[in-house]
Amino acid sequence: MTGKNKSNTNEKYLEYVSSISPKTNEIKTLFRAFLVGGIICSIGQGIRYLFSLVFGLEGEVLAGATSMVMIFLGSFLTGLGVYDRIGKFAGAGSIVPITGFANSVVSPAMEFKSEGFIYGLSAKMFTVAGPIIVFGVSGSVIVGIIYFIIGLF
Amino acid sequence: MEIFLGFLKAFAVGGLICVIAQLLINKTKLTAGKILVYFMLSGLILQAFGVYEKLVEFAGAGATVPISGFGFLLADGAIKGASEGFFGAITGGLTSASAGITSAVVFGFLFSLIFKTHQKYN
Repeated sequence: MTGKNKSNTNEKYLEYVSSISPKTNEIKTLFRAFLVGGIICSIGQGIRYLFSLVFGLEGEVLAGATSMVMIFLGSFLTGLGVYDRIGKFAGAGSIVPITGFANSVVSPAMEFKSEGFIYGLSAKMFTVAGPIIVFGVSGSVIVGIIYFIIGLF
Repeated sequence: MEIFLGFLKAFAVGGLICVIAQLLINKTKLTAGKILVYFMLSGLILQAFGVYEKLVEFAGAGATVPISGFGFLLADGAIKGASEGFFGAITGGLTSASAGITSAVVFGFLFSLIFKTHQKYN
């Protein structure tokens, strides 16, 4: 068999595989992401109302307290193994909220705990959170310096 | 009624941000980590132009709970810090993001100590 025939066969095989494998229903994934993302943000809004109406928090303290509770919930549910099951249903609906950020911290940390507390657990906490902090802090310094320079004139 | 409307706005805007992410995942096969970084940066850049705070005013937690809200906090802190001087411009971002980062580190450390990896449910 020549090389050309071989690649032809591969293409036919790939076509065949894609024709019989189940199509991921795109509308369904979008709907699920909307539903779960919306629910998680509504829970956040409920916590905001609770803190502002019951405890009288406002401004940055209110925002900080809300994200603390959301991160607590996200990492706790990840520890219980519940969040990963939500994730299978929700896709981006569970990744993008701040609870998904907490999930990305706890999930690899638990998995690599057996490799020790320093190079395993603590290092792996930052496999996803690390890049976010690197780009976020660097970006904020750039924004800060630009606004400082603009403020000089 | 006002509270109900607040929930509705949070649901709609938060849900829509997640739909944009899902569209990106479906079309480009981006991994979760890259999606998180890109969305955080989008929030940061939008706030650098003063746009994201309008979305926060409108949707509350619908705009602050997605990771783009974390980028918003970083940029917002840096801008507020810059009005106080050069030191504030450098430290402002991390100052306003401190609640999120501290709780992610502390709760993350605590819960990964307590819990074990679960069997994968396939």
